[in-house]
Amino acid sequence: MILMPAALLYVSLFVGRYPVSPLDVAHILIAQMFPIAPDWSKSAQIIVLQIRLPRAIMAMCIGAGLSISGAAYQGMFRNPLVSTDILGVTAASGFGAAVAILLSRNALEMQLIAFAFGLAGVMLTYALARVSQTTPVLMLVLSGIVVAAFFSACLSGTKYIADPDSKLPAITYWLLGSLNAASVKGLKLALPPIIVGSAGLLLVRWKLNVLAMGDEEARALGLRTEWIKGGIIVCTTLITAAAVSVCGMVGWVGLVIPHIGRMLVGPDHRALLPATLSIGACFLLVVDDIARTATAGEIPLGILTAVIGAPFFAYLLRKTRGSWQ
Amino acid sequence: MTPLIEVRGAAFRYGDRQVFTGLDLDVQRGEMLSILGPNGCGKSTLLRCIGGALTLNAGTVRLGQIDIAGLDAGARARRIGFLFQHHIPSFPFPVLEVVSMGRAPHLSLFGVPSSKDAQLAEEALERVGILHLKDRPYTEVSGGERQLVLLARTLVQQPDVILLDEPTSQLDFKNQALSLKIIGALAAQGVTMIMTTHDPNHALLFPGKVAMMKPGGVMLTGPASDVITDANLTATYGIDISVYTVPRRAGVGGVGADARDAGAGEIKLCSPW
Repeated sequence: MILMPAALLYVSLFVGRYPVSPLDVAHILIAQMFPIAPDWSKSAQIIVLQIRLPRAIMAMCIGAGLSISGAAYQGMFRNPLVSTDILGVTAASGFGAAVAILLSRNALEMQLIAFAFGLAGVMLTYALARVSQTTPVLMLVLSGIVVAAFFSACLSGTKYIADPDSKLPAITYWLLGSLNAASVKGLKLALPPIIVGSAGLLLVRWKLNVLAMGDEEARALGLRTEWIKGGIIVCTTLITAAAVSVCGMVGWVGLVIPHIGRMLVGPDHRALLPATLSIGACFLLVVDDIARTATAGEIPLGILTAVIGAPFFAYLLRKTRGSWQ
Repeated sequence: MTPLIEVRGAAFRYGDRQVFTGLDLDVQRGEMLSILGPNGCGKSTLLRCIGGALTLNAGTVRLGQIDIAGLDAGARARRIGFLFQHHIPSFPFPVLEVVSMGRAPHLSLFGVPSSKDAQLAEEALERVGILHLKDRPYTEVSGGERQLVLLARTLVQQPDVILLDEPTSQLDFKNQALSLKIIGALAAQGVTMIMTTHDPNHALLFPGKVAMMKPGGVMLTGPASDVITDANLTATYGIDISVYTVPRRAGVGGVGADARDAGAGEIKLCSPW
């Protein structure tokens, strides 16, 4: 569970267009903790520590965060087709990022604006879904569709008025998803919400089992369902908004990884949530390694996750014939 | 003796529709009350009000002299167990895990059931006679067995009273009989229960009290033999129904000790003929 992501992280540091030997990578990493005489080039050190390491950590955190969020939402909504963007966070963040590009803000400002829009989008959904002090699941889903549609339209609007020579391509490429803008600064901004959100979800992991029995039964079992549901929404929204604000729209991770997790460890969220963290981290790290090494240029991340995720989900659907297992 | 549950002047309406008004009910500790009436008369609504899932428009429900309206969800769930009429199965959790969920009201917000809780869950499964199913996915057992799993979950809550909302309405004949026998055995062990049912034959199976509800919320309360009569049934259901008394074979009915103790006697049956 921990060894696999760690091993993949190490591999990710020496694969890439600029060759750095595995041994040098080990030396560079050790040199950060113990003083040893450098026998590697300065540029190798910069590439490993300033470029590949932050990018790999970002990929792992985003993969893990999106996966645990997807698993929590699938449990809370009792629906296998739910993913993290169900409440409109992705569409809202995307719009925020497009606005930031339109206003020529720098990468960090864009990340902040996209994050803020994502939070605002989900708050809007939650407010819309509120019926006499409860938030029925169906109302949440429908409100999410409304909010996502609204922000998608706004996004199209920004594309329409964007300068087709400079801004429009920037928006379009950003939306396709990529981690090549990952930096140490960006990491410092994105990690806290992802870590806080994931920790929150891990804390209520057993309550998710009870919540999966349905709101009414969960209440009869003594759960304050509104508080717990609200808490889960806050956690997943922090994670997803942070993820989207860094790497654009990366679909399918939050949908597919929880299913793989359930195949491996079963439906109990006590085991499922930690498992999705590990599997999701490995998945997005490998996909990002492919994205940056497979061709001379970069393949957008969103394309790769969909190209891998969609056929895999189709296979799952055929194999399980629509049931949970 | 003060009753465990006291309902006084209860009234409830959905929008403009008054479901019932001015209802009084008493249930003693260890007693089994069947609320009987045709579909749509407001039995389930009344049960939900007693359980605190719905709030009365007027009147009070007191449990052990505490007004349940003042209890939060956790405190309520430690006192009242609720078996729902419909359960939409979710993930294929093992039976034991589903039963352990009954410990939720006894755990803290971030708490997880301990081995002691698992032990209690196994004991509850033993009581309803399905311990052998504990590792099976609860989505793959029969409807009757699933109902027993959920009943075991309410036992694990260790509540003062268990409310059963039409516990057999979704089941076929065999599974109805299985569930009713287990409920009868629990009643014989002194578990306080309130059950709604549309079938007077089910109410007649248990030695407790019956509250017969007509549309509009008028209620007759008393021992089953006094309340379930030709005249009352015909008035309540709006068609002619007769009550027959037939000899009961010794050693039949209930489960375990209850079955062995049951001597020869009489049972009553209702029929439209």
